[in-house]
Amino acid sequence: MWANYMEAFRLVFAPDVVIAIILSSIYGLVVGSLPGLSATMATALLVPVTFYLSPIAANATIIAASAMAIFSGDIPGALLRIPGTPASAAYTDEAYAMTRKGQAEMALGAGVWFSALGGIAGTISLMALAPPLAEIALSFSTFEYFWLAFLGLMCATLVARSSPVKAIAAMLLGLLVSCVGMENPGGVPRFTFGIADLLGGIEPIPALVGVFAVSEVMRAMLTPDPPPMPKRKFGSIMAGQLHLTKKYWWPMTRGNIVGIIIGVLPGAGADMAAWVSYAMSKKFSKEPEKFGTGHVEGLVEAGASNNASLASGWVPALLFGVPGDTITAIAIGVLYMKGLNPGPTLFTEKASSMYALYIIFIIANIIMIPLGIIMIRLASRILRAPRSGIMPIIVLCCAVGSFATGNSLFAVLTVAAFGVIGYVMEANGYPVAAMVLGIVMGTMVEQSFVTSLIKSDGSIVPFFERPVSAVLAALTIGALAWPVLYWIWRKFLLRPAHA
Amino acid sequence: MTKITRRSFATTAAAAAASLKLGPAFAQENYPNRPIQMICPWGAGGGTDATCRIVSALLEKEFGQPVNVVNRTGGSGVVGHAAIAGATPDGYTLGIITVEIAMMHWAGLTELTPKNYTPLALMNEDPPGIQVSSTSPYKTVKELADAIKASPPGKFKASGTGQGGIWHLALVGWMQAMGLPPNQVAWVPSNGAAPAMQDLAAGGLDLTTCSVPEARAMIDAGKSRCLAVMSPTRTKLYPDVPTLKEAMNIPYTTGAWRGFAAPKGLPAPIANKLTATLKKIYDSKEYAEFMGARGFGTVWNDANGYASFMDTADKQMGDAMKAAGIAKT
Repeated sequence: MWANYMEAFRLVFAPDVVIAIILSSIYGLVVGSLPGLSATMATALLVPVTFYLSPIAANATIIAASAMAIFSGDIPGALLRIPGTPASAAYTDEAYAMTRKGQAEMALGAGVWFSALGGIAGTISLMALAPPLAEIALSFSTFEYFWLAFLGLMCATLVARSSPVKAIAAMLLGLLVSCVGMENPGGVPRFTFGIADLLGGIEPIPALVGVFAVSEVMRAMLTPDPPPMPKRKFGSIMAGQLHLTKKYWWPMTRGNIVGIIIGVLPGAGADMAAWVSYAMSKKFSKEPEKFGTGHVEGLVEAGASNNASLASGWVPALLFGVPGDTITAIAIGVLYMKGLNPGPTLFTEKASSMYALYIIFIIANIIMIPLGIIMIRLASRILRAPRSGIMPIIVLCCAVGSFATGNSLFAVLTVAAFGVIGYVMEANGYPVAAMVLGIVMGTMVEQSFVTSLIKSDGSIVPFFERPVSAVLAALTIGALAWPVLYWIWRKFLLRPAHA
Repeated sequence: MTKITRRSFATTAAAAAASLKLGPAFAQENYPNRPIQMICPWGAGGGTDATCRIVSALLEKEFGQPVNVVNRTGGSGVVGHAAIAGATPDGYTLGIITVEIAMMHWAGLTELTPKNYTPLALMNEDPPGIQVSSTSPYKTVKELADAIKASPPGKFKASGTGQGGIWHLALVGWMQAMGLPPNQVAWVPSNGAAPAMQDLAAGGLDLTTCSVPEARAMIDAGKSRCLAVMSPTRTKLYPDVPTLKEAMNIPYTTGAWRGFAAPKGLPAPIANKLTATLKKIYDSKEYAEFMGARGFGTVWNDANGYASFMDTADKQMGDAMKAAGIAKT
């Protein structure tokens, strides 16, 4: 054990590995902060580079770049209301509201601090609990995934500030968008109008960039400049974070745990972790009325959650070669290429390499703090730049970023179309975040529901029969029925007492 | 090192150009004298992308010109395949084309067929395996096949990819080879092989027919067993696993393959040069090591061999898709 750790330290502190970690961290920070370029994209673009690196350095680049990209997606979200990655979309409105209140440094500081803590918590779970966590992941069949995705969809009403009816309408529109294409269980093209580009469906990234970024630019063009934010020095980023940690240690821990569990489940990644944690934070908060007005509590929990899920997503990847999310899907390819074949033997025969990966996770999350602060300081200058200078650059970034996702003009047109949709929705009080949730979760809901029915020959009994599935079903139905029961209780059972 | 190669190549090329009369042949003799674009119809990070990138990296070394991989994803492969077929046939836009080119036109998704390309070389093929969960009562493929035959249609559930995907057709082909109806085993569409293998381990499925490298991690983790492979010879990854022919005397074989191609109408001198260079890459230690590490099978077919290979595959896929009721044309 100790010999393995000594060997692991030697592997990690080789010059090439250290250089790889630092360069890929900077790279991840920059890519993640550009609207339209996701953490997955950052990782995918690294693959050709890993051909030329040693096994540990190759994996170090992926670990470091993805962790940084998930955090730095918060930066444009907080400063411009444009989430850099889908994982930030859940709490973008909240972070932006804080910026408008003059608390940008607190919002971003919470982002970097709780991301780092979450990442470390996720790593510890990977180190200590990999085998039992992997067993949990393997006990999930499509029946369980259906309930999980359904629970995820229900977050739509929780995260939105508008009326629940409008939130559900927006979420259903998102579900409709996710029906486009032929990536459905039937393999049949739907709503494609004979256009080849629509066969693959609407990608979440261009849709997300459109509804958040482009619609924001459109709004800016139509409204007069908002009153300039009070000119002041950008305050300390880390001040107050320890206080927040003490005040919100339970939401943070809950965020970590939820993130770890969701991350371990193949197919549910950092995006879903952030949504669920933000919704939970609001549900269980002592002051839910403050959510959406620039309240840091949700940021703490969701920020801790999405980075925790990133590390635990490696558990099924390392043990069974099953990707926990799109990032680990790419990482598995690199592991094979470098002779670190996923499987239980990786933990015994190649133990020193495994420990080296753990150490890299910890290091990446620690250097995220200083590098993140530098990045935030540089990015905060955007707040002082004139709007007429910023907006064209955002549109340019959106176009370039979305073009890069598929190397086609179609994605750019998707961004434009969703920009208009997002603008119209916002103008009428429909929350765009709920629609994004529908787009992200729609495929999973449909896929898991239809395949489950095929497997059970059309019977819905297994949805309630399997043990884990039954628990999730009870949770879902309870959450659905709770408002109704509460209303009945208030209306009919309490009234006689008052009368 | 690259620099020297590049410079020495430039010198040779200049000398060659000087000794030749200027004319249309000049551009071809000089090929390649600018960067080459290599289109990959599938996303970055997947198996096709990895194959495409390693070959492009080696091609770059051979030619001394940059070979840039461009992922043209979307439309379930249609977009990228169309981009390769629609490019100018000058040798500066090449691409990796996959088994889907022999399937998509049957499903009515595109007009493109293997005939729309200048085939250069087939370099990889992976056969499907027949995998069951390690808790499954079936120890051999014969036991499994007998149980399938004895049960009502649709009782057994299999997965490995989406509806009408290559592994679905592999299952249909196997059923037909045994004289069973194509829907004897119900197909549960999945979003790729990894979720299917996970569901197999979770007890949601009876078998998967995805490729052996895709099933490898679960097999190595002791969660799954490979009972047979649908290929002419045993796979290098699991030399103990019999082929279908050995185990049941069923000669049915199929596989997912990847090869390199250019748009139709590529001048023969350029095509020949590319095929020769790809052969050199195929024989290189780097290619063998890379594909071996990923567990990907290597096969070689030159331009003519690849063309006839695709014709056969096209017919086989068409038959399986008609049987499965997925074909539109």
